[in-house]
This record gives sequence, structure tokens and C-alpha cells, in this order.
Amino acid sequence: MLGVDTIDVTLGDAPVLKGTSLNVADGEIVAVLGPSGSGKTTLLRAVAGLLEIQSGDITWDGQSIIGVPSHLRRFGLMFQGYALFPHMDVGGNVAFGLKMAGHDNIVEEVAKALVWVDLGGFESRPIDSLSGGEKQRVALARTLAPQPRLVMLDEPLGALDRNLRQRLILDTRRVLDERGVTAVIVTHDRDEASALADRLAIMREGSIVQTGRVNEILANPADEWVAEFLN
Amino acid sequence: MSRNQTTAGAVMALALVLAACSGGASEESPQTITLMAHDSFAGGVTSATFASFTQETGVEVKVIAAGDAGLLVNQAILTKDNPLADVLFGVDDTFLSRALDEEIFLIHKAKDINRVAPGLVDRKHRVTPIDFGDVCINYDKSWFESTKLVVPDDLDDLRANLYASHLTVEHPATSSPGLAFVLATIYEFGEEGWLDYWADLREAGVNVATDWNSAYYGDFSRYGGQSSMVVSYASSPPAEVIFAAEPTDTAPTGVIEAGCYRQVEYAGILAGTDYPEVAAKLVDFMLSVEFQERIPLAWFVFPANQDAELPQEFVDYAIVPEDPARFSASHIAENRDRWINEWIVVMEG
Amino acid sequence: MGRIRWGWVAVAALPAVFIGYFFIYPVARILGLGLAELNIGASGLDARLLRIAGFTLWQATLSTILTLLAAAPLTWAVSTYEFRGRRLATALITVPFVLPTVVVGTAFVSLGFGDSIWAILAAHVFFNTAVVVRTVSTLWSRIDPHLEEAARVLGATSWEVFRRVTLPLLKPAVAAAASIVFLFTFTSFGVVLILGGFEYATLEVEIYRQAVTLFDLPLAAALAIVQLVGVTGALYAYSRYQERKAVTWTLERTSNRRAPSGAARALVALSVLATIGALSIPLLALVTRSFSGEFYRRLFESDPVVGRPISAVGNSLLFAFIAMGIATVVGVMAAAVITGRRGSLSRWFDLTLMLPLGTSAVTIGFGFIVALGWPVDLRASLWLIPIAHALVAVPFVVRSTLPTLRSIPAETREAASVLGASPSRVWREIDLPIVSRAALVGAAFAFVVSLGEFGATSFVARPNTQTIPTMIFRLLGRPGETSFGMAMAMAVVLAVLTAGIVMWIDRAQVGDIGRF
Repeated sequence: MLGVDTIDVTLGDAPVLKGTSLNVADGEIVAVLGPSGSGKTTLLRAVAGLLEIQSGDITWDGQSIIGVPSHLRRFGLMFQGYALFPHMDVGGNVAFGLKMAGHDNIVEEVAKALVWVDLGGFESRPIDSLSGGEKQRVALARTLAPQPRLVMLDEPLGALDRNLRQRLILDTRRVLDERGVTAVIVTHDRDEASALADRLAIMREGSIVQTGRVNEILANPADEWVAEFLN
Repeated sequence: MSRNQTTAGAVMALALVLAACSGGASEESPQTITLMAHDSFAGGVTSATFASFTQETGVEVKVIAAGDAGLLVNQAILTKDNPLADVLFGVDDTFLSRALDEEIFLIHKAKDINRVAPGLVDRKHRVTPIDFGDVCINYDKSWFESTKLVVPDDLDDLRANLYASHLTVEHPATSSPGLAFVLATIYEFGEEGWLDYWADLREAGVNVATDWNSAYYGDFSRYGGQSSMVVSYASSPPAEVIFAAEPTDTAPTGVIEAGCYRQVEYAGILAGTDYPEVAAKLVDFMLSVEFQERIPLAWFVFPANQDAELPQEFVDYAIVPEDPARFSASHIAENRDRWINEWIVVMEG
Repeated sequence: MGRIRWGWVAVAALPAVFIGYFFIYPVARILGLGLAELNIGASGLDARLLRIAGFTLWQATLSTILTLLAAAPLTWAVSTYEFRGRRLATALITVPFVLPTVVVGTAFVSLGFGDSIWAILAAHVFFNTAVVVRTVSTLWSRIDPHLEEAARVLGATSWEVFRRVTLPLLKPAVAAAASIVFLFTFTSFGVVLILGGFEYATLEVEIYRQAVTLFDLPLAAALAIVQLVGVTGALYAYSRYQERKAVTWTLERTSNRRAPSGAARALVALSVLATIGALSIPLLALVTRSFSGEFYRRLFESDPVVGRPISAVGNSLLFAFIAMGIATVVGVMAAAVITGRRGSLSRWFDLTLMLPLGTSAVTIGFGFIVALGWPVDLRASLWLIPIAHALVAVPFVVRSTLPTLRSIPAETREAASVLGASPSRVWREIDLPIVSRAALVGAAFAFVVSLGEFGATSFVARPNTQTIPTMIFRLLGRPGETSFGMAMAMAVVLAVLTAGIVMWIDRAQVGDIGRF
């Protein structure tokens, strides 16, 4: 279980996260929803250990993980632009995390992960030959393959066209459910958030202003801004 | 449209380059005569050097620097059929034979040639001697004063470990004074003895540098190096006085008069010239007293014309050795490669 | 289809004519002249020459590897982090690159480094570190940082991130830098002569010896061909590799340097100070000596022998700017041709452009004087100086622009094309803005190559116009404390000038970012 406890993050001179808190239970999928520039990506990067926090605490199962370098946190992060390694093929990308963890049956695991995302047999395809949707699915497979304790997806469908998004939302949800993962998904799109997640966390100017199920929040928005934003 | 634009652009750029090139190229005319010389001569030419020649004849002198003496001669030979210049200056005894064999010079008996010591003159007048310099061992006076050692006075003294280990010579294959000093040892000890002499020097720890620069400014104790003696020129002490950091009236370095070798530098009219008469006038000018008196302070060598007066610094601090070693150009040409190879075997084998 | 081809022919014409007339033709003429007289049986293609060829290859390979290793920490620091003095550091390391060999050689000798293979290797590292740092950091600073972060989150340690992600992405730039360092050291002349003595002759030294000292033009020509074949072989392998490994990936538009924090700060400081410190040892000797008298003042006074030494600065700057202009135009056009058309023709074109860097100065110099008498007699022309400099500098421009040009995805150009841009317009709107920054890196190199160049200049017939290196050489050629002190002061002037101009050009790069 992930615990984010009143953390502050300043980038340059600008405070980006201001006393942000968020808890994610094991097996739960939480979507962080907010307008662009509200600090969603910064929150993911802080949890992943890619940037330092100025105060507060981040815990896993009650243990603080501040000071644990990101490569030892066993968290997965899917980047907004996917950040696929251009010098490796699809198989190489998916195998990367497995190699780092010292897995034995990398070839099998890679094949399995590609099947989860309906890209069975794509191992030797070069990255620059993939379509946008395929890249998204390779990135997802790469994130899931090493079986991280926590999966974080940053605008997982942001760059794709609408039809593709509809389909991939369902696919992504299915894959996450099948794996039973704990996940945090960052998005600015309400429909995407409600389709992918069990619970929403509304973020505004560096703080989580309300959490709860979609219909709960809709029925009882914390303030006018939240009501406005969800419409 | 786009294609034409690109093509036009490329052609125009090219045309510009060519136009620019041709604009910069020399336009040969009787108003200009070209002198090719080695870099160190060209570097010492100022606007005053040929001013009175131009005044008298109305002809400008353009100087081309053509690298070191070896490159100079090679370039003259390679361009024999379409010469780069009208007059060449700077060929010395070590490269002279090669130039003469290729017949790149026109015969010319210079006006003041009878004012030159007969030993320097080419009897067939294919080239005209302009200057000479003596390659000698220089020593650092302050080192010898502080160690209370006696300055060696002949080449044999240098066989002693004490001296040889404080001597830097230049490599004969890469340095002109280096080759001159090897010639001095051959002159002194003969074909039978010179290699033994070098074997002794090597045994005793003589230091070999690649060129004069690194020997003088790298290895010489006067400039922070390990050697208190270095193969340089008899004219180096006056240069030390003239170019001292603080004005001084004593030279910090001295010359060992034994074991010197005399290098002579010649000028010649290049056979392919279009203006042999003006070229001849230029050679005459270079041997005239006016030009000859300019030589010591500009290039630190001695004028070939005996009527030329030496500047005071040369009178006070320079030494003209009485009996320097000297070989004929043809003797050097026949043996040089063998000598250098034998020297390399002894010194590096 | 034919339309596009014609466009490329037009763009290819300038670099092709340039390299053809100023390199291939002169070199072919002089080699032909030499080989016509070659008598294989009589010439000494013996064990000694084999040993020389072997040594040349060996020392060049080792020098390249050592330079890459020595440059790695500083390259990392200046690529990854933004810190005070970063630009100064990258400018300072460029200084050795332009210093005349004779100055550095004297400094090394006076430090007691003479006559060993280690001195040669150390000097090669000293001279070439800038090539690696500058070529590689251009690419490195613009790698999408998410790639490295993705690897970290997937469990890679810092070292593994570097080894499996950063380094593979940098391979084109590393290979480009390595190829230039290899060519420089393969044809090393002054360093080998001054610091190695005759026993460590390279092919370059032997070609000079055979041609100039021993007058054996045929053997020199044969050796020059051995050298050319070696260089061509290495370049061919390199260009095959480069083309096979070229990966299309989107470079970040701006550099992604960040402020170092914590342990990184200490490592950055250590990398910068250690590299600058090591490179400074020979430089400090030079600076100290230049201040041991009133030598700077004397640079401005008229010397009876060499004139006003400081006036050489103007000549040097003029030549350097012209050479930079020629090299940049020719180099960028050539790079456009090479990226535009894949296949063996463009591969050979690329390779030929690199050859001048790996050809002995004697060969090119003698080639010039036998070949360039017609149609216009260029041999005694001042223009030959910047042209000779540009010939050596073009490879820098090509090498620093190619990786960037190759990384532009086809779709970007296609997008512009579909939006109605003609091929030349696509080049102007897409390639040129993206490549201009990399071209500036190449231009800066072209400038300093010209500023510091001495070897080729001394083979090119030229009127009595002193450049800074020839002035230094002239001053060092006569005895006396003042001569020496002024030469050192002149070398410091050259160093300061280089650092200043490199910083200025680097700043222009930064100013350009807003224009994307």
C-alpha cells in the first residue's frame, strides 16, 4: 500500500506540490485527475523517486521509502511520450526491466507480456516501425513485465486518437485487472479516469482537493471549482 | 522552380569561390618579381628589406615562404616546368647537389662576387653565396661558473661522462644544425673514427633532441633544461644579448670554438623565369653591401660580402671560428644518407 | 523522381567540386608523379617500413581509446548538468587543440616528458580531448531524459542506465569523435617527432623523411598510398557502422542540462577540475614563462626582425573566418547530400570528405604545387591558406551535423512536404533550423582548426603574411629570453583568443534556441 503524506516539491523556485497526500490500497486503481499544470506528473515522479521532495513522507506498507533510489523501489512508470528505447527492438524494450531484476526466463516472460497487450510475436519489430497505438501497448507491456509493486501511468492514452482511445481504455483496464495490480493513473480526461480507475483523486494547483468514487464526487463536490472542473 | 533555385545557388556559390580565388592570385607582370625562400628568411623580411631595390628598378619583390630548406628545394624541383618564383634563396650545401643535378638554376656571375671569400663561391656560378653561419656548441656560462668546471675546448673533451651527459645535440635526420654537427665530427675524426666518437658520446649519456627549438628552449639549462651545452650557432650569444629580458652587456652563453661547421646559403635564378634580367638584378642586390649589412640582425648569420660591416653586437659577442669544418656539396650528397643511417645505428641501435 | 535527383545533384556540386579540385586532383597528380618512377624491387619496402606502419596503427588506436576514456568524465558533466563555469570549461579544453605543436612540445620537454611512447600518447590525449567532449556532448545534452528515467524506474542502476541506454544512443557521436581522433593521431607528425624522436616514426614522419630529406619521391608516394589505404579502410568500416547503427529518434529541441545536486555536485566538480587541471599542467608552464618579463608589451612594439608580432592576430582571424565560412557551407551541403541519399555513392562521398584529415600534409602540399597552376595559378595565392584550412575543417562540420540530420525522423520532412514545401524548402524549414546548432559546433571547430593550423600552411606557398602560429615559430626560431618570452606570450594570446571565440560561438548556439 502506497502512502503519500503531505509532501512538498519545489522545482526551481516554483512550488509544484503543496502538502499533497494520497493513499492507494493494494490492488486498487486510483486516477489522479486535474487540469494540466496541476502537478500530476510531478506527483508520479516523486513517488517513482525521480525527484527529491522537500518535506513530507512517502511510504510503502508503512515503511518510508525516501532515500531509496528509484531503481530499487520496484515501481513501474509509463511515461507520457512512452520513452521507448529507440536503439532496441520491441523485445529488447520489454525485456529491459526483467534483465535488471535478473529474471531467468526472459524470453518467455517477454512473450507473455506481449500477449497481454495483444502484440504476440512483435519481439523483433523496430520501434520506429510501430503505430501510435502499438507504441502505447509496448510501453504498457514494458512497464508490467517485471511485475512492479505499483504501476504508474502518465497520461497513458493522451496522444492517441479518439477511436483508438476508446478501445485501448478497455484493453488497458482489462490488462490491469487481470494482473491485479496496484496502480496510479494520471490524466486530465474525466471519462478516461472513470473508465480506468476505481477511485478518483482531484488535483488542483499542487494539492489533492477531493478523493472518492466518480459518482460520489459528482454527487457531492468539495467546492465549486471541483463541480465546474468535472463538468 | 525549386530545382532551378538550388542549382543557381550552387553555381553562384561556386562562381564566387572561383572568382575570389582568381582575384587573389598574383598577376605576374614585370612590375613584380617573386622570391621563394625558406620560412625563416621570409619571416625576417620587412617593408624596408627590398625598398631600395624597388626604388632603383621600379620592381616590387614578392616573397613566398616555402617551408624549411628541404621543402624549399623540393618544391622548386617539382615545379621546374612552371616555377613558383623567379629567384630562390636559402639552399645550403646539404641540399645544393640535388638542386644542381636537376639543373633548376640559370648561370649568373653576381656583380660583387669577387668580394666574397673564394671558399664560399660556386665556381660555375649556378648559385650565389649570400650568407654563412657556423654551427657550434654553445654553453651556459652560469652553469659552468656555479659548478667550477672548465669549459671543454675540443671535441675530445666531450667524451668524458661529465660533459657528454650535459650535452644536447639535434637529430641529423630532422635538424639542419644536427646534421651540421655530425659533419663536424666526421671532418674532425675522419671516416674511421667518427662513429667511435658517437658511440662514446652515447655511452656517456649525450641527449638527442629532434630539432633546434626543443633542444635550445627545452633541454638547455639556460631555459630550465638539463643540458648546459647545446648545439646551436656561433651567432647565438649576440642574439642572447639583443633579445635579453633586461639590457645587458655580457652574453649569458658562450661558444666552444672547436668542432664548428660552416653552413653557406645560396641564391639562384630559377631556370623557368620570364624575367631573367630582373632576377639577376635581385641576386646582385642581395649581395650588395646595403642588403648584406642587413643580414646579421635580421637572420643572425654572417654576410658573405666581406665589405659589409658587422653590427656592434656581432663584433662584441659573436665568434667567427678560424678553421670551421666544411665539405663540398657533392661530397655531402654522395654520403649523407649513409652517414645518417650509420649514425642512427650507433645512436639508436 | 527525376526532379528530386536534380536537386541533389545541384546541392552536391559545390562540395564535390571543392573536394575534387582541391584534394583528389592534386593528390592524384603527385602520387602519379611519384609512382611513375617507382621500382618496387629497388625501393626499401622492408621490415622497417612494416614496423612503422604497424606502430602508426597501434599508437593511433591506443591514442583514440585513451582520449575517449580521458574525455568521458568531463563529457558526462557538461552534457548532463548545468553549472557555473560549464561554458568556460568547454572553451578551455579547446585551447590545447589550437596550440602549435612546437609550443606544447617545448612545454612537455621542459617538464621532463621527452622521448617516450607515453609522452606521445599523453600529448595526443592532450590535443584531442576537446574533439570528444564537444562532439559527444552536443548529442548527449539533447537525449530525452525520460529514456534514462524509464530505465531507472525499470530497475537499472546509474551505471546500467549509462551502459544500456545512454551509451548506445551516443554511439554515432562517439564513433564520429573517435574517427576524427584516429585520423589526427594516425597522421601525427610534430608530436611524434618532438616527443618520440626518430625511433617512433609514424608513416607521416617517414613520408616527410623520404620525400624531403632523402628525395625518394617514389617511395614517399608508395608510403602515402599505404597511409591512404589504411585511412580509407578505417573510414569505410566506420561509415558502414554509422549507417547501419543510425537510429531515428527525436532529439530534444533544447538541451536538458539540470543543476547537479548532492553527490552529483561533487562528482561534477571532480570531473571538471581533474580534467582542466591535467590539461593545464603544460599550459601553466607556458603562462608562467610568458609573465617573466615585459613580453606582452613587446608584442605591440615593432621588432626589427619580425615586425609588430601582434599584427599576426588580424591575419589569423581573417584566415580563420574565411576558412570557417568555406568549411561550414561546404560541410553542411555535403552532410545534406549524405543524409538525403543513402547507399554506396553517398557513403563514398562521405568517406572522401574525411580523407584530407588522414592524408599527410606533404602529400597535399606537394599536390597543390604541382596541380594548382592551372587554370588560374593559385599556388602563390593567399586564398590557398583558408582553402587548405577548410579542407581539414570540412570533416568536423560534416561529422558534427550528420548525427543530428540523421536523427530527424522521415515523417517530419514528409509532413512539411505534404504541407506543400518543395524539397529545398523542406531543407530550409526543417533540416536547416535543426542542424544549425550542430553546424555551429562544426563551425567553431573549423575556426580553431584554422587558427591553430601550422603544418599545412608551411607546405602551401604563401606570401609574407604571418599568422599567430607562424609568428610563434618565427620567435622560437631565434635565441634569447625575449624571443622565447614573446613566443610564450603569443601562445597565451592564441589560447585566450581561442577560449574567447569558442565561448562566443557557444553563446550564439544558446541564443538560437528561441528560434525553433
